[in-house]
Amino acid sequence: MKRSRRQFLKVASLSVLGLSTQLATGGIVNAAETGEQYQATENGLHAGRWAMVIDTRAFETPEDFAACINACHKAHNVPHIPNKQEVKWLWTDKYEHVFPEQENNHMSEALEKRDFLLLCNHCENPPCVRVCPTKATYKRADGIVAMDYHRCIGCRFCMAGCPYGARSFNFGNPRDYIDMAEINPEFPTRMRGVVEKCNFCVERLAKGLMPACVEAAEGKIFFGDLTDPESEVRKVLAENFTIRRKPAVGTQPGVYYII
Amino acid sequence: MYNTKYVLLGLIVFLGLFTSPFWANLGSASYERPKLALPADQKECIESAEYMRAEHMQLLNVWRDEALREGKRSYVASNGKVWTISLQNTCMKCHTNKAEFCDKCHNSNSVNPYCWDCHVEPKGNQ
Ligand code: SF4
Ligand code: SF4
Repeated sequence: MKRSRRQFLKVASLSVLGLSTQLATGGIVNAAETGEQYQATENGLHAGRWAMVIDTRAFETPEDFAACINACHKAHNVPHIPNKQEVKWLWTDKYEHVFPEQENNHMSEALEKRDFLLLCNHCENPPCVRVCPTKATYKRADGIVAMDYHRCIGCRFCMAGCPYGARSFNFGNPRDYIDMAEINPEFPTRMRGVVEKCNFCVERLAKGLMPACVEAAEGKIFFGDLTDPESEVRKVLAENFTIRRKPAVGTQPGVYYII
Repeated sequence: MYNTKYVLLGLIVFLGLFTSPFWANLGSASYERPKLALPADQKECIESAEYMRAEHMQLLNVWRDEALREGKRSYVASNGKVWTISLQNTCMKCHTNKAEFCDKCHNSNSVNPYCWDCHVEPKGNQ
């Protein structure tokens, strides 16, 4: 009696093991088969490292800034929330807040009064990526720091990690602040409880288009491949004095400012 | 075996309770596949209807990862046709009637996906 029960358990556990390995490997094989079916879009733009150079001297009137900000926020269905819970992908601030370690005594009045366009810097060493527990924020091979909103659990570690305040949290349903009739139907919105930020217009680059703000800036913002010595951004960088935000923190921003 | 009577009785009661959902549903009508509003001007989906019916959720899952993480936004279907990977700009350009397509089937299967908390459903679709 004892012995036969032992045997039964042996046979039963072996068959369960066999069944489950078959199921498990079946799934793996299925997933592997799909590999070849996915390709980059034909007319997409590619780079070794996307970067942006903003000519801050050329932005003069409030309309210059508004054109870029509206283009971005409209393209990405960013809600306009008029209180402390605001969500922003592209915004402005003054020199003392933008470049806090690079202030100097007796700066020119022009520089002190000037507004600077701010956005996610798509850092080379992004702390937001390092702290995200779900890999909802990740760095692509071309340097773009992207987000998969499906995976964001709203822990806001990334907001604490980002030294530039480039991230916004959706405290409520952003659709309450978006005119759904005026929405860009090609792009999603976000939902309550996720963090969002600038995506370097990754969806436009895939279609062969320049970022929305670059297009709206009409020559005041340059965008291109930092690893290509012939690219426009490299030429502009070679010809102008530029600075980046908070160099001491070592994040190596991908957004440069001509001062 | 000790207490055969009680054990058997207990087993019978257990089996009866365990299978009770089957008895309860014995007389009622069987599940009928809901009638869905299919795109009027299209004959084929990106893959066969059977495959899409069974696998669309897995496919969308892989689509998301390939598009967002790998930057691969083109899908080569098994018949060689190339599609742009996008729920909003590919799937729902044909399946414009969310209420009579997506919702109908999801409702009758008691699944509640939250795709449209973020993805925008086609305009003029009530
Ligand atoms: S600017 Fe902030 S959010 Fe953007 S990549 Fe750098 S650390 Fe991350
Ligand atoms: S809030 Fe979202 S994106 Fe930020 S760290 Fe948490 S899971 Fe990652």
